[in-house]
Parts: sequence; structure tokens; C-alpha cells
Amino acid sequence: MSNPAEHMPRRLPRLSPLTFALTMTALAIVVVSVGQVAPTPGQLIDGGPSMVRLVDRMMPPNLDPAFLARIFWRIVETFQIAIAGAVIGILLSLPIAWFAARGVGPFGAFGAFLSKAVISFLRTVPDLVWALLFVATVGLGAVAGTMTIVVDTIGFCGRFFAEAIEESEKEPQEAISAIGGNRLSVLFGAILPDVMPSFINTSLFALEKAVRSSVVLGLVGAGGIGQELKAAFDLFQYRNASTIILVIFLIVLGMEWATDRLRRKVQ
Amino acid sequence: MLDLVADRPSMISDAMTDAIVTTRGLRKSYDRKTEILKGIDLTIRKGERVALIGSNGCGKSTLLRCLIGLHEVTRGEVAALGETFSGLPAGGQKARLRRQTGFVFQKHCLVRRRSVLSNVIHGMMSEPGSWRAFSQMTAPEPWRLAALEALSWVNLSDKAAARADALSGGQQQRVSIARALVRRPALLIADEPAASLDPVSGNDVMALFARLCADHGITLLFTSHDMAHARSFADRIVALRAGQVLFDKPSATTTDADLEEVFRVEPR
Repeated sequence: MSNPAEHMPRRLPRLSPLTFALTMTALAIVVVSVGQVAPTPGQLIDGGPSMVRLVDRMMPPNLDPAFLARIFWRIVETFQIAIAGAVIGILLSLPIAWFAARGVGPFGAFGAFLSKAVISFLRTVPDLVWALLFVATVGLGAVAGTMTIVVDTIGFCGRFFAEAIEESEKEPQEAISAIGGNRLSVLFGAILPDVMPSFINTSLFALEKAVRSSVVLGLVGAGGIGQELKAAFDLFQYRNASTIILVIFLIVLGMEWATDRLRRKVQ
Repeated sequence: MLDLVADRPSMISDAMTDAIVTTRGLRKSYDRKTEILKGIDLTIRKGERVALIGSNGCGKSTLLRCLIGLHEVTRGEVAALGETFSGLPAGGQKARLRRQTGFVFQKHCLVRRRSVLSNVIHGMMSEPGSWRAFSQMTAPEPWRLAALEALSWVNLSDKAAARADALSGGQQQRVSIARALVRRPALLIADEPAASLDPVSGNDVMALFARLCADHGITLLFTSHDMAHARSFADRIVALRAGQVLFDKPSATTTDADLEEVFRVEPR
């Protein structure tokens, strides 16, 4: 009779030379990157007093009614940029995601590949870069910010909408096709009702993301509260800056709370 | 380019005037290695109830899908409801074909998050103005009334407003029957309609099929693994084995030995 211990599997999987080489390379990249650009303990200790001095100059936040009234209208503009940009972006994402969904879209595999490539391109370019481009194209202000949010939202929602469409239940789609429905019938009759909770979820995340983005777009001149923040730092008005940072924190917190509640309702 | 299929004389004789579905030499393969259907010759006449039986993987579901162009025919010819095609039916043909056909799947295939009434109205998808069949909210009043009437045939009128996924498996299958019948098709195709149901619900659903098809003059073609269903609810039994027709007999003359032969395992 054979010894059962002979069949004991290895504790650790055997690594091929290629896997070993790739793992070592990845580790080397991490170590070199941390060594070259991460802060050293000395730098952190040296920077500590400067940070304390800055926080000291920020306190107390400026609660002057005239200043608060001014930033109130900037907050309204920030919300307008976020909401208009997110809603337009979500609406444009719907057809693009349909084109990009493999096996479902109307333009076949090549159309899906092309649409996915466009979505990837929109997603991989950071929003501040889009903002710089749009400020250069349409000028300083909220319109550039809204256009940035639109593009950013298409990159975000396009991908998740397309994945949800691809993963939607196939049986009802086949049933509608067998009944005589065309691609649009399948989309509106079977796919959209199935993916609606996922779409709403993604849209709420997109809105949350849009609010976060819209508060910083002003740093490059694309409107909203970020423009006030940049002015406050440029003019060394640190008490104004702390008020704005506090307001931004409250806006983002409020938005996350509201979208969380909506998400729970949808599910 | 010369359309060879269109120019070639049809293999299907005009003499079969009462035939609602005819296939000649129908072959289907999904890849070059495996042929699922190996030359099926089949004729179904108007008003008949035909059971297609055979073991798993013998090609029953593939044959049903080929008949209405859901799957492409590799070789051979199909004539169904006045439309003759090889490969896939052309756009107009496909629409005309499916407009006259109801299809019930093994799993009811309802849109779970929509109401029962909306699901039945989906049966109108091939009608002109099909976008109005997306939901009961957009459907014209005659379609809503037709859907409600179809629900009454399957005794589910009182569930019209319920969400499809709130119904039991048997009820959902009855909704899918109502969806298939709402346009009063000439041909109803059902792919193992009772397979996902318990024996009592399965029997009820099959009895319902048989009754509704008789009442509305609809030709019924269904697949089943349940020989009692095939014998009780079909006029004819067509047995498939390894992609070929093993026998094609009236159900009354089908013997136990015939049925055993269908599921006999070939010695390796």
C-alpha cells in the first residue's frame, strides 16, 4: 500500500521562471519608486512645523456674512456644474454603452471595440487635464467645468453601463427575439428593465464623483468653488481658504449621505 | 453576387399544401467537428400537435430554433408558415415568420422587474409600432385588452399588475404561454415547457397548452423528456437520436419499446 503522505500537495505553488522574474521586477519597481519619490522621515519631521504654522494661520475660519454670501453663490455654481455635467454625461453614456456591449450592440464586434476604446480614452485622461483643454477651448468659467464633468462621466458610466448590459439576463432577450423583437425591442423590453438598478447605482456614484470633481475644477479656471479656493491661497487669505475647505467637506459628506440613502432605496 | 439559394428550385414540394412546417435535409453544426442535426426531414401539418422527444444533446432545441431562424441552418431547407429559407431567413422573412409564431422556453424567460401585463404585451413586439410594446404604460388600449384576455386564458387576469418575479414557477410559465398566444399565432413552439415545473404544475401547463391550441386552432410543436406528456398531449411523436429522426409515428401507436429505443445508451 502506498504512503498517503506521498500525495500531500505543496504548501506553496511552484513558480515558473517567468512568473518569478515578473514578480521580482514588480517588487523592484515598487522599492525604487518608494525610494525616489516617497517622503523620507526627515522630510516629514522638517515639514511638521510648517504645517502647524499654516493651520494656525487658517484659524479661525472666516465667517464674515459678506464672504459667506459670496461663496454661497459659488457653491450653487459648483452644484450646477456637477448636476448638469453628470446628467448630460449619463444620458450620452447610454447609447455609447449599448454600442460598446459585446454581443448586444448594433454595430457588431468592431463597433463594440471602437466604442470601448473611446470610453477608455475618456476615462484615462484625468479630469484636470480635460478642464485645461476646455478652458483653452471655451474660456474660463463654468461651461468648461460642465464639459469636463460630461466627458469624465461618459468615461465612468460608459464602462459600467456596458458591463451591466453584457451581464444582463440572456433568456428574456432570446425570448423577445423569438417573438419577433428587433435589437431596440430587446434593449428596451428586456435589457433596460434588468439593468436599471445597476444603472441607477452607477449614476449615483457618477453624481457623487461629479460633485467631488467640480469642487477642484476651479483650480484650473473651470468655475465653481475651487476658483475661490485658488484665489484664497494665491492671496495668502488662509482663513478664507479654511472656510472653503470646510464647506467642500460638508458638501461632499452631504452628497455621499444623500446618494447612500437613494442607493439603499433602489435596492 | 448570384443568389444560389434563391435561384435553386426548392426541394420542398408544393403538394404539401397543408404543411405548416417542412424541413428537408436540415443540417446544423456549430463548428466543423460536431454536427448536431444530420439531415432532418420533417413535416408538420396545420392543427397538429407534435411532440419532439430524445435524450439530452440530440438536437431537439437546436431544431426548434432553426425553424424560426434563431439559429442558422448549415445545410438543407426550411419552409415554415409560407417562408422558405436556407441559412437564416432574410429580414422581412424573419419578421413575417416570427409574427405568426409563439415560442415558449423551458425557463419562462420573463422580464423579472416588469409587470405580468407588460410581459404579455411584449408578445406584440413584431407588430408595426413595436416600440409601444416595451411596457403596458406605452401600449395602445387594444394591445392591453388583448394581453388581459390572454391572461384570462391562463387564469391569471388577477395578477396583471404584479411583478413577474413575484409569481410561482408554474404561474410564470403560464404568463409566458399567454405572451406566446397574445397575437394568436398559427404555430406555437415550446421547448420543454414543463421541465422546470413540479409534476402537477407540469401536467397543468401541458393540459393548458393542448386546450388552448385546440380552442384557437393553433399548431403545436413541443419538446419533452416526459413520455406521458408526449403520449397524452401530442397527436404525433417524432423521436430524434444523435441528430437524426429515429421514428415519426402517431402517439397512439407508439410502443414502450419505441420509447426505450430513443433513450438506449449505445455501448462504447
